[in-house]
Amino acid sequence: MTNSIEELQDAKVLFVIGSNTTEAHPVISYYMKRAVKRGATLVVSDPRKTDLTRWATLHVQHKVGTDIAYINGLIHEIFKNGWAREDFLRECTENPDVIREGVRDYPVEKASEICGVPVETMRRVARILGEAESTSLCYTLGITEHICGTDNVKTLANLQMVLGNLGKPAAGVNPLRGQNNVQGACDMGALPNVFHNYQPVNNPELSAKIAKAWGVPSLPQKPGYTMPTMLRKALDGGTKILYCVGDNTVQTEPHMAHTIKELEALEFFVVCDIFDNLTTPYADVIFPDTAWGEEDGTFTNSERRVQRVRRALTPPGEARSHWWVMQELGKRLGKDLGFTSANAVWEDMRKSATSCAGITWERIESLGLQWPCPTLEHPGTTFLHRDGRFTRGKGLFSVTKWIPQAEPPDAEYPLVLSTGRRLWHYHSGTQTRNSKGFENIFGEELLEISPADAAALGIRNGDRVRATSRRGSIELTAWVTDRSAPGVVWCAFHFAEVCANVLTIDKFDSVTETAEYKACAIRVEKIGDGQPLGAGISRQARP
Amino acid sequence: MNIILNNQSYEVPDGLTVLEAARRCGVYIPSLCYHPKTGPAGKCRACVVEIEGLRGLQTACTVRVRDGMKVFSNTERVLQAQRLVIDLLLSSGEHDCLSCEQNGVCELQQAAYFLGIERPTFRIERDRADDRSAEFIDRDPARCIACGRCVAGCNSTVVNEVLDFGFRAGETAVIVDDDLPMGASSCVQCGECVQLCPTGALTDKKARGLGRAWELEKVNTTCPYCGVGCQVTLHVDRARNRVVRVTGREVSPNQGMLCVKGRYAYEFPSSDKRLKYPMIKKDGQHVRVSWDEALDYTASRIKTIIDQHGPDTFSAFGSGRITNENNYAIQKFTRAVIGTNNVDHCART
Repeated sequence: MTNSIEELQDAKVLFVIGSNTTEAHPVISYYMKRAVKRGATLVVSDPRKTDLTRWATLHVQHKVGTDIAYINGLIHEIFKNGWAREDFLRECTENPDVIREGVRDYPVEKASEICGVPVETMRRVARILGEAESTSLCYTLGITEHICGTDNVKTLANLQMVLGNLGKPAAGVNPLRGQNNVQGACDMGALPNVFHNYQPVNNPELSAKIAKAWGVPSLPQKPGYTMPTMLRKALDGGTKILYCVGDNTVQTEPHMAHTIKELEALEFFVVCDIFDNLTTPYADVIFPDTAWGEEDGTFTNSERRVQRVRRALTPPGEARSHWWVMQELGKRLGKDLGFTSANAVWEDMRKSATSCAGITWERIESLGLQWPCPTLEHPGTTFLHRDGRFTRGKGLFSVTKWIPQAEPPDAEYPLVLSTGRRLWHYHSGTQTRNSKGFENIFGEELLEISPADAAALGIRNGDRVRATSRRGSIELTAWVTDRSAPGVVWCAFHFAEVCANVLTIDKFDSVTETAEYKACAIRVEKIGDGQPLGAGISRQARP
Repeated sequence: MNIILNNQSYEVPDGLTVLEAARRCGVYIPSLCYHPKTGPAGKCRACVVEIEGLRGLQTACTVRVRDGMKVFSNTERVLQAQRLVIDLLLSSGEHDCLSCEQNGVCELQQAAYFLGIERPTFRIERDRADDRSAEFIDRDPARCIACGRCVAGCNSTVVNEVLDFGFRAGETAVIVDDDLPMGASSCVQCGECVQLCPTGALTDKKARGLGRAWELEKVNTTCPYCGVGCQVTLHVDRARNRVVRVTGREVSPNQGMLCVKGRYAYEFPSSDKRLKYPMIKKDGQHVRVSWDEALDYTASRIKTIIDQHGPDTFSAFGSGRITNENNYAIQKFTRAVIGTNNVDHCART
């Protein structure tokens, strides 16, 4: 997030796209709803009717995977009506004419044809954004989990730059991170192209600096493989060893049958986790990991805030922290990594850090600090790009073009399947399904289908259905609901026994290699009668 | 500015209420309907004080301090009024502390203790049944003092808009939706109401009977679910090695608020299904081995393969679920020990 979570309650206009905030980030949704209560205008753009739409001034149901056309149409309209912040464009961006030119192909009439949003609605959204003093834009995986995810994000950044909505409070481009420490994993260099704090591995100077800090003669400067490439290369022998920590790969990667083939092709597969899951059966070695609550350390949240986690419980059996495993394996492979405690690991990181160099465990004892925080005296940073001064100097526009989803629906597979998370469960379910009560509230996965599609297929609420894609099929219960737009069905990946990723497609964004979890083609058929789901079914986020 | 509280002089910042100022000065005034998050309500009248120059008793939670203000919270007149308020509240419900979950942290109990009320003077009959229908939150309306903190929290703090006041006068009660059992309502069980409740009217079902507030150790940490990074306090039974309750810390970024997972999905570390020992696959079966054997075996397999095929045949997944320190350890190991940049994690999926 360029901005901070609590700023959202002060927003005058909130533009939420591709985010089921009330279910996936409930606490952020509280701040959004507070802003609405204080008079903010909330525009929710989502093909699904999520709970947040109940608070929305306007719910725009653009078609799955048409974000670029939709947003470019808005930008076009904003320029046309003179709502662009020309002073910001002139002073803070490098190539404003490129974007002016770049959206020329997307007048609202044409954009509307692609995204399915009526022209008048698009004009209304453009006016709300264009006339707003500032707008806070939030998005989640509905934007990134497409083959054009990178361009989707760039398009949103273009919109906010055109509107001058960067470098000030209650504005910005705010991806809401889906996992407790996905921000931290990136910040700590668990990425193939950068060390900790985004220092590129192919920069010889930085590489030398970090080699020196780590006490090694040199470090490899060729960027590594991304996760999908690592897996793909298992099939041609390019990847022989996979060392997997805290990742239920089989259940969470797209196209489950293919993922299993890739894992089976490995020569040596190590899994470090807290539970047996769909992935552990393929492991040659399993290391029992400590769970949350059993070790000291830090997580970094969506707003770049480094916060403490603490040991409150004794780990079961011989479960150990992973830094200890790395130290022990390092020793056996001839290198003492110097890890004597979690805090020692953090201090080791700090020695060659940049944006986190000023953050110590002592400083965050009672309250976290937001990076950039380069020195011990630095107070941390609540929002980035202050006064439109970007990290790279001036903001750079990249022109984006809409492309259709990798697997459009056709006669054989006429429906679009989109996937995501539910309020009551989390990811592959290993945590929530091993906690009491959640199975009682939501004990089986449901396929959300629109009343129109259900009627056409003779499916009633609660019937058993089979959902089939070119990659596999699952059987589950249908929830006939207007949460789904006609033509779109939806389910989550929390349940190992009925997992959306049996169906999802292994097509990826070319830059980030994020898979298109949000769109693949499926067909649905009724396989049996069932009990109608309860009357309270569509209340809030309830099943 | 300067105020004189019970004949003692204190420096306090501008803009506070008398109650906030007294708390800051370490002077206890009973109060129930006020919570920093839901603000002054002026409802319960437990916090009445005398203020020089103002007629009658004033509610400390609604009057702002002025320079030189003289406040008395300890005169017999004040204490008598406070005593009557608390006595009536105690009389109008079933405030039996013996097995109440709030025992020791109950604000009504604290007020009664401070005012020396041993048992209620009156007996006001009201028929209010328990509501144990929800999965995580128990409602015990006989312990409700209608302070309104839960209603304010539900509507203004988390804006879930489920709780409200229903009925009138003496029958006034907190209701869920249109007076439904909580389990059949639209409540999403975020538990903000439990956190705000000053008495035992709203409690965490799963913590029932598992430990008194003073027996549990409090450990501050960060929630393990989404990327908001809510700050939580774990209430831990060390002897049984389990988390009994989770509460939100009133700090950034969540200001005490949590969701159903952050507040109630905390038992998984104590699950008996946890992986407990290192294992190696032998003849297709995972067999328990010692750490030394598992580490020696892993190191030798890695060495053999990368010696033969090069370091780029090694790949590692870090994780968005584990700590910064563990992720850093994985990247350093991969780059400095193995000699490849093939390290990534689930951020892209």
